[in-house]
Amino acid sequence: MSDTREFVPRITAFVCNWCTYAGADLAGTTRLAYPATVRIIRVPCSGRIDPVFLIKAFEKGADGIIVSGCHPGDCHYSSGNYYARRRWSIFPKLLEFIGIEPERLTFTWVSASEARKWADVVAEATERVKSVGPLAHFAPLAAAAPEGEGAL
Amino acid sequence: MARIGVFVCHCGENIARTVDVKKVVDAAAQLPGVAVASDYRYMCSEPGQRMIADTIRENRLTGLVVAACSPQMHEKTFRRAAASAGLNPYLVEMANIREHCSWVHENRDEATAKAIDIVSMMVAKVRQDEPLSSVKVPVTCRALVIGGGISGIEAALSIADSGVEVVLVEKEPSIGGHMAQLGETFPTLDCSQCILTPKMVEAAQHPNIRLMTYAEVEKLDGFVGNFKATIRRKARYVDADLCTGCGACLEKCPVKKVPSAFDENLGPRTAIYRPFPQAVPNKPVIDAAACLKLTKDACGICSKVCPTGAIKYDDAASVITEDFGAVIVATGYDVLAAAEFGEYGYGKYADVVTSLQFERMESASGPTGGKIIRPSDGAEPRSIVFIQCCGSRDEARGRPYCSKICCMYTAKHAMLYKHKVHDGQAYVFYIDVRAGGKNYEEFVRRAVEKDSALYLRGRVSHVYREGGKLVVKGVDTLAGEAVEVKADLVVLATAVTPRAGAVALAQTLGISYDTYGFYSEVHPKLRPVETSKAGVYLAGACSAPRDIPDAVASGAAAAAKALSILSAETLEREPTVARVNDATCVHCGNCIAACPYDAIEDFEVRDRAGNLIKVIARVNESVCQGCGVCVALCRSKSIDLAGFNDRQIYSQIDALSAW
Repeated sequence: MSDTREFVPRITAFVCNWCTYAGADLAGTTRLAYPATVRIIRVPCSGRIDPVFLIKAFEKGADGIIVSGCHPGDCHYSSGNYYARRRWSIFPKLLEFIGIEPERLTFTWVSASEARKWADVVAEATERVKSVGPLAHFAPLAAAAPEGEGAL
Repeated sequence: MARIGVFVCHCGENIARTVDVKKVVDAAAQLPGVAVASDYRYMCSEPGQRMIADTIRENRLTGLVVAACSPQMHEKTFRRAAASAGLNPYLVEMANIREHCSWVHENRDEATAKAIDIVSMMVAKVRQDEPLSSVKVPVTCRALVIGGGISGIEAALSIADSGVEVVLVEKEPSIGGHMAQLGETFPTLDCSQCILTPKMVEAAQHPNIRLMTYAEVEKLDGFVGNFKATIRRKARYVDADLCTGCGACLEKCPVKKVPSAFDENLGPRTAIYRPFPQAVPNKPVIDAAACLKLTKDACGICSKVCPTGAIKYDDAASVITEDFGAVIVATGYDVLAAAEFGEYGYGKYADVVTSLQFERMESASGPTGGKIIRPSDGAEPRSIVFIQCCGSRDEARGRPYCSKICCMYTAKHAMLYKHKVHDGQAYVFYIDVRAGGKNYEEFVRRAVEKDSALYLRGRVSHVYREGGKLVVKGVDTLAGEAVEVKADLVVLATAVTPRAGAVALAQTLGISYDTYGFYSEVHPKLRPVETSKAGVYLAGACSAPRDIPDAVASGAAAAAKALSILSAETLEREPTVARVNDATCVHCGNCIAACPYDAIEDFEVRDRAGNLIKVIARVNESVCQGCGVCVALCRSKSIDLAGFNDRQIYSQIDALSAW
């Protein structure tokens, strides 16, 4: 990316199937425009999201990450999002430790009816990530990594 | 070798307007493993599906990515198309380039780039997909209906008539719901009780229906076909088996001044009571907060006069659990507390009432015996002002929605008032008259033309008392002037709202609700009675304001949907289930403790001689719902979730590295 162009963040979103994915669908159905900065990975429940997914996403070039599920009390699987909540309340400390700005991680709840909130979450996350700039952290690591597919 | 087919849909102009479909096809063709990439105007159409099926056969495809709408919309369609061509349906992935892309982005380059990324992610995922087969589970052939209003009754009767057992749970002592409170109903003016009570009795006497009144659902475990409901039966203090409903206790009870909720507090009831004379079951309960025996250990008269010894002061609430295959939620609505309308004088002036109070006055079995009166002095009102949209269509009060029924019942009220008080004058302040329904517009015209109701288009600013009259100050926006109407009675058409406790019940049942607390349908147009939780259906006004015909129709629709589950002996479920790797599981127990469904159990691995080798965790596939909480928690990475396994997710993350 040349310096003259405006920095466009790359945000990977991990969202649950029942609330946030459906909320993002509703944003589409109601034609709510938001920045084209986000790529969504659908999982059944926010409790399914392994912290390593996030580290891996940063490593693979994401400048920011959104994690979103059903509101507390509304989990489709009754309690999965509580596991998520505990995990993401601790996770920023790990990010800080490895030198990634907390602004890069947005953890939130978006219900299936909160289309407007989803559009706002993406717009706000985009602005926050813009304020800290591109994540160059993992580029040397990625360059040194052996070829081939594979997780972990 | 992977041979993936990528099919990009134009969705007419819906996708093609903002996404350069040709570019997406070209990019997809370059992706590793992609054998075929093409596009079509409507993939979901019959020719579109046939094209996919033919391509699968001709190219012996090992995976399919359809770049089109949300998986919630057409994943099933394309899975079926794949299966018809011999490809395992779980080797199909949807790339959502409509809801998540073309509909929310305006810049064509950005939208096209994003669509390419989404397709790349799904191609990467489909390469990791494995053929799966659906899980078969047995079905409990019994339905639970929550709420005994007209839609719940209709749902219960429809299911019971098909020969399936139903338990109808109602939180009040009698079934009937709001409809039992109404006087006459629009647009036919037939008496509500006359058409409702036969249905109530039919429900009570039906051999396949078990009524559980004065009871509430406390917990719902399990999943479609195999729910377990915990139901709390409140203490009635009257043994329903012994009680004959003779009513001797009601006559003798000395506590006679408890405000009757059924009569909207316009009349009194006794401490031992039935909500209304036609109650079903027609057996009283004791209001523990008002009863002298239960509060002060005095009185005890009802016990003395009861000829069958049915009074049980030591009765206690009981909790039972029952198995069900499907659940219908028909919990209905409340009306907005009129206390919100200080400017209209509700609570300050006795002659400002709600529509539901007016309805009780107008009912022949109501507290005034069908006479319309001024509550302050019992006189016949010479003029009445009806104020529409009290809380509805009101952004400022947080309810921009239309309550749907008020225009019609107000026309009815104005009409019935004229029928009872021939020289009286009804005024209606309205925003718009919404009379979209069979014979509805004609009905409103009749109120205006035959029964001379005067409609004033505009809002009311406030109501105050002057002399013996209420002065209603408002504006007539058609004449463009301020108006002032002197009235004896003011009736507020308060907004229809979700039931108090609707959100708590939604959380108990695990269904979604909107920002107001109305329950959400899984699709507002095409799946109007289904919730996001399989096997749980919606009937009546719990999902939106509904009139009686709509409530009845949705009750019958919900019953039909429930029967489609209950009519099969087994049910096929998505194979999105967790599996344990026996070789690496160290039996730490994290997953067993975390599973919300208790689907993971200890399993003893033994050699052929029967000697114990080790204990591991094992997932019961027919119970697992596929949330994946166990997968993220497993420290030895020994559990994975079919359809959303680690490799599938990491492959998508990997695919974004080129972004």
